Amino acid sequence: MSYIKKPVARHPSLKPNTLGLTLRDYEGAMSTLCAGCGHDSITAAIVRALYELDTPPHMLAKLSGIGCSSKTPTYFVSGSHGFNSAHGRMPAIATGASAANRELTYIGVSGDGDSLSIGLGQMVHAIRRNVKMLYVIENNGVYGLTKGQFSASADVGSKSKKGEANTQAPLDPVMLALDIGATFVARSFSGDKAQLVPILKAGLRHDGFALVDVISPCVTFNDHEGSTKSYKHTRKHQLPILEADFVPFAAEITADYPEGAAHSVKMHDGSMVRFRKVAADYDPTDRANVASYLREHQRAGEVPTGLLYLDESSEDMHRAAKTVKTPLTRLTHEELCPGNAALRKLQEAFR
Amino acid sequence: MQDSLALKVNDFALKLANVNGTGSASANSLLMQAIFRMGIPVSGKNLFPSNIQGLPTWYEIRVNKDGHTARTAEYDLMVAMNAETYARDVKEVRAGGWVLHDSSWPLDKSLLRPDVTFLGVPYAQLCNEAFVDSRERTLMKNICYVGTLAALLCIDMDVVSGMLKEKFAKKPALMESNKRAIQLGYDYAVQHFECPLPLRLKKMDATKDSILIDGNTATALGCVYAGATVAGWYPITPSTSVLDAFKGFCERFRTDKATGERRYCILQAEDELAAIGMVIGASWMGARSFTSTSGPGISLMNELIGLAYYAEIPTVIVDVQRVGPSTGMPTRTQQGDILLCAYASHGDTKHILLFPANPGECFHFAVNAFDLAERFQTPVFILSDLDIGMNDWVVPRLEWDDTYRPDRGHVLSKEDLERMPKFHRYSPEDELGVAARTLPGVHAKGSFFTRGSGHNKLGGYTEIPDEYQEVMDRLARKHKASRNHVPSAVIERLKGSTIGIVTLGGCDLAVRESLEQLKSRGVRADYMRVRGFPFGDDVQAFLDAHEQLFIVEQNRDAQLRTLITLETRTPKEKLYSVLAYGGFPLQAAQVVQGVLSQITPRLADSERE
Repeated sequence: MSYIKKPVARHPSLKPNTLGLTLRDYEGAMSTLCAGCGHDSITAAIVRALYELDTPPHMLAKLSGIGCSSKTPTYFVSGSHGFNSAHGRMPAIATGASAANRELTYIGVSGDGDSLSIGLGQMVHAIRRNVKMLYVIENNGVYGLTKGQFSASADVGSKSKKGEANTQAPLDPVMLALDIGATFVARSFSGDKAQLVPILKAGLRHDGFALVDVISPCVTFNDHEGSTKSYKHTRKHQLPILEADFVPFAAEITADYPEGAAHSVKMHDGSMVRFRKVAADYDPTDRANVASYLREHQRAGEVPTGLLYLDESSEDMHRAAKTVKTPLTRLTHEELCPGNAALRKLQEAFR
Repeated sequence: MQDSLALKVNDFALKLANVNGTGSASANSLLMQAIFRMGIPVSGKNLFPSNIQGLPTWYEIRVNKDGHTARTAEYDLMVAMNAETYARDVKEVRAGGWVLHDSSWPLDKSLLRPDVTFLGVPYAQLCNEAFVDSRERTLMKNICYVGTLAALLCIDMDVVSGMLKEKFAKKPALMESNKRAIQLGYDYAVQHFECPLPLRLKKMDATKDSILIDGNTATALGCVYAGATVAGWYPITPSTSVLDAFKGFCERFRTDKATGERRYCILQAEDELAAIGMVIGASWMGARSFTSTSGPGISLMNELIGLAYYAEIPTVIVDVQRVGPSTGMPTRTQQGDILLCAYASHGDTKHILLFPANPGECFHFAVNAFDLAERFQTPVFILSDLDIGMNDWVVPRLEWDDTYRPDRGHVLSKEDLERMPKFHRYSPEDELGVAARTLPGVHAKGSFFTRGSGHNKLGGYTEIPDEYQEVMDRLARKHKASRNHVPSAVIERLKGSTIGIVTLGGCDLAVRESLEQLKSRGVRADYMRVRGFPFGDDVQAFLDAHEQLFIVEQNRDAQLRTLITLETRTPKEKLYSVLAYGGFPLQAAQVVQGVLSQITPRLADSERE
């Protein structure tokens, strides 16, 4: 029903956050995706995460490439700065933007076509640079806008709507990210908002590149029998191996944490991530351990989800590059231009 | 045959044939710099291979008291240090000229020419005796011939030793070796040859207000002075040194001495697709940002150049052109990207181009590029080339106007937005066809959705023909309006002229020299060097005023001529091409030949003085 202009309705129970904004203030335009699309659930989770983190809308930059996933930034936080760029090129644009203005919060929304095929090179290099941004892959194993071709994340043997089985090995963004040194790696499921929201919040506060791969079934082209990215298949095989709670810095810790919380990880800004329900042999801060655990369970046909790996010592691109704390966009001409006297002096060496 | 004995003071050309990777580059630039310091107009052109070690490489030095320092292939003296290329090197010397060679081994008799004087110095032998280390023996052979040339050509030895002192101030051992090598070569020449030759250098006063600088360094300096803070780039010959220099200047001028904090961010990208993306992202945020590349990089950037054009994001792109197509000849020069850049990307796109002719203009045009990009909210290309970018040029000392303030164009401040009821990105437009933009994070009212997809004048998504066209038409108006804001053409009229010669960029010196040669042969030509695209009204007026015009450029397909026929009202029938595209810098002789072979006879007969 995308032709309907979204009505502005404010339920009296909508509670304002510390900025005086309600959940509605974090919403965007009406979605034009298919009814039941997993992406819309992710959008709702992003809305909630930003609302709960009291993010000022105009201090948010939301970027995307091209594809169904890349349409979604229009559907959240109308008051933020959006950039719907070109196919597979969002990571570079976000990198440049973050280089210029480190004060904004950056969210990149991408898909498996956008990130794992045409934009694979850009995504992995943004991970290597550790650009401070939340990077969400809305992963459905299929090209939706061009009507149902397999994407690079399609599992071997997974069937297309027409019954054709995929024969090429899939690219797994989680394993890839772990392998190349990503500092925040998560996987979730669009049908599990309770798990997803805290992951997104932690990702938004992470001092570096936070990769969140979200299985997000395509109801039109990849939700049938034989698909390994359908709602049914994912619900059946999802293995939430750990739950994360995100506790923002300075928030009063009132939640009651049960015994057996294996890990509390402090983030760069003082926020905490508390892991619960952790499998006994799982350490979310040990890269090698995480990789072998995931490999083992994925081999068994399971889809392990949760905030899978977190490097608390992560340093983002700016800290590594020793950039000034003031955003470069705010430096004055005087701070940047050496002036004529310096030019004269410099040219003494050009004789 | 020119007379060997005819005295040529401050007017001759040398060619030095070397082996790549033997240290000849520093010997040759030392030589050129010494001549510069003697106050004599000089140029040095490095004709090098795409190779790190082993292949033949050449360096040409031209000295000309009148300032004609374009490349010439009329070599008076050849320094033949590469046995592999002896045959062709010896052949290239003019009749009556000299060949200086390493006589440690006998020269093949078949190479000898009766009309050339051979000067043999046993460089390998001398250096083997004087130095122990094998690498040093190789390097010092080159320094040694600098000494010989000093004796043969009257290079001021005080100047040379002064330069060595500066260069090796912190490496006394190296200074000693260099001094010794130079002296060896010098003494040998004095003892064995009649020094100096009739080719001679004599101190002048023509370079005291000049500097020696390459175009890439000057471009980088311009970017620093313009206030660029973010650079996204990918290594590629011949543009890499733009970023090397930018980094060096930023370390010097933009790094806090106490904290080490940097007021810049240089991003070495994974490829050019990412490099241009970074520039667009940074510019979207409001930073002055640029990339530097060469033709292959522009090819890769095409998609996002269209995004920047359509979403109206200021973008500065430096293209140091090299020989294409494909990998082409990466270490050779050409002006082959004119059309590629003018219309880069799919759909209807047109861009602002700037054509610097020398490092001085590289510096100033870099600053112009940022002002134009922000004023017109669009990509701007600086089309330099390998000859300008990588060779040292003698140019007037750079001056900076401290009252300069960046032209940020139409950007709404927090206060502006506070006062506005509502902001729309692409409306209303100003007299240039430009609409105000906002920078993210400044004010809640300034938020909008930037997109490369179809949008209407309010910035909203559209697929409606009229709404789409309305924006595209404004972009065309905006591009047209920039024509009188790009640097104006350099126009020089000659009394009694019958034809016009039009050129651009690094052809400047050769064409100017050709004007004098043509004049001496009875052909008087007016001169125009275009410095920007779209073409200003001055360009159209010049084209209108001439019956026959010669377009001189360095590419096969007459790209500037094509652009003129597409973008002006000038009929192509009156535009004649003079083309040189083999990869070496243009020579005046090529221009003269090209004009004389095509000129309408009636016009060839201008009245002589």
